[in-house]
Amino acid sequence: MRKQYWNEAEMGLWERAYLPEILRGLAITGGVFVRNMFKWMTGRKGALTTYYPEETRWDYAPANRGKHVLTRRADGSPQCVACNMCATVCPAKVIEIEAGFDPADEAHPKYPVRFEIDYSRCVFCGLCVEACPEDAIRMAKEVPDLPAHDRWSMWLGKEELLEWQPQGDVAKPYPPPPPRVPNGDRP
Amino acid sequence: MIADLVIALVFIGYAISVLMGFGTILTWVERKQAAVMSDRIGANRAYIRIPFTQVKLVWLGLFHGMADGLKMLLKEDFKPRTYDWYAYAVAPWVVFTPVLLVFAVIPFGGTLTPAKLWEPLAAVFGDRSWPMQIATLDAGLLIVFAFSGLTIIGAMLAGWSSSNKFSLLGALRAGSQMISYELVLGLTVLGLILIYGTVDLDAIVRHQSGTVLGFLPAWGIVYQPFAATLFLAAAIAENKRIPFDLPEAESELIAGYFTEYSAMKMGLFMFAEFIEIAIIGALFTTLFLGGYNLPYMTDAGFAFPGGAAVAMPHGAVVVTQMGTFLLKVFLVCSFQILIRWTLPRFRYDQVLTFAWKFMFPLALANLVVTAVAVWAIGS
Repeated sequence: MRKQYWNEAEMGLWERAYLPEILRGLAITGGVFVRNMFKWMTGRKGALTTYYPEETRWDYAPANRGKHVLTRRADGSPQCVACNMCATVCPAKVIEIEAGFDPADEAHPKYPVRFEIDYSRCVFCGLCVEACPEDAIRMAKEVPDLPAHDRWSMWLGKEELLEWQPQGDVAKPYPPPPPRVPNGDRP
Repeated sequence: MIADLVIALVFIGYAISVLMGFGTILTWVERKQAAVMSDRIGANRAYIRIPFTQVKLVWLGLFHGMADGLKMLLKEDFKPRTYDWYAYAVAPWVVFTPVLLVFAVIPFGGTLTPAKLWEPLAAVFGDRSWPMQIATLDAGLLIVFAFSGLTIIGAMLAGWSSSNKFSLLGALRAGSQMISYELVLGLTVLGLILIYGTVDLDAIVRHQSGTVLGFLPAWGIVYQPFAATLFLAAAIAENKRIPFDLPEAESELIAGYFTEYSAMKMGLFMFAEFIEIAIIGALFTTLFLGGYNLPYMTDAGFAFPGGAAVAMPHGAVVVTQMGTFLLKVFLVCSFQILIRWTLPRFRYDQVLTFAWKFMFPLALANLVVTAVAVWAIGS
């Protein structure tokens, strides 16, 4: 005995005659076809999808976590102090930082020689942005358009992340950090 | 004699190129039409790069068919450890060959008189004329059913000899479904045979060249609209396409009776399916849509119901008739693809119930009504 459901669809004679309802369905899909075809014929786009690498979406949300941005100080050097916090917190372990030592810069002797992100593995969780104590890494709303045939071309290095100018980011160039007090401590 | 041979070879070459062309183009049409129907763009990535340049020809994704064919030719030809190797190897051909053979009796144009096309041809052909049909058989429709019935054997052989349970289940389904719908297919056509009094497809098409009530073209669909609907449904079921694709339902049976086939053997099954779409289109055109006839057109030119007439040279008539036939076939194919991308799949018991308890009685009723009407009008 088949179970009877409370919301079982009831079909009248019209529905059970198959043909009228099938014709109605065909009219719907055929109508969509004719409408879209007419758009293509008249030089417009008759589809909701996008040609992905050639054509990117314009309507990403302002808070979208997309491609990373490395911020700079007023003098143009990267704000990153190579503390490795982002690399530590990263759940996908995609950030690789090689720290360097610059005795000339008293306030920030540590700086990143190499700062690389593997976008083939990045999960875009934004934890690196949260973890950064220096506001050195942010995420723009634009996505990294990196369709490639092999995963090794999906690594982005320090220069790429520094130079990249996100279209939707009004905060770059970034304001200089607050002035230091003479004893070297931050207020 | 040599003239007959030349004409036959030309017709056979034309038929094969038309069928292969349809088989190739329809894979593209199916992709693109499905995409446009569902607000998508469709396959458009395969390209041919002109050597030594960066010019890439995409041509709306037409090369995807070529890429598919190449892929199937180059893939590993996996052979299962089966006890009936011969049946396994021969099954794709048993499916593929009858599909091509059906086209032999379908008239794809009116009458061809080579001497009227080009004067010097009269030296070889005289002033004889040939009906544009490979085999001028008076048993045309019977041949169609005989050959299309053979494909069942191929499907069942494939399923039986693959030594795979999915294949066997698919073959069982294919067998019962195709035999059931073959019956409906035959019964729907019987009404037409009663009206036209012949099974010769060329004669049937000639019967459809006139007009009914002075203005309607005397096409089979005007006499038998109900039978036309049933015929199309049964033919799609014969071809095992959605909504009747139970023998190869992916979610239940992987690929049904050709699960164990790979590379070009599997390609033959797919290609046979696409050519059969064109064959169904050609049959439907011949039986119900007036074949190569345009409305109000005869072998001499146009003759409109008002009395106006436009004479046409023989070459123009031949080209128009062949073009009309191809266009009608293409439109019916496109309609089948529309059905395939609109309707959901039946449940298996519903398929057979639909055949035996719904379509079979309707086809019988249609036949009885037609017989009574023919008897009443005839007497």
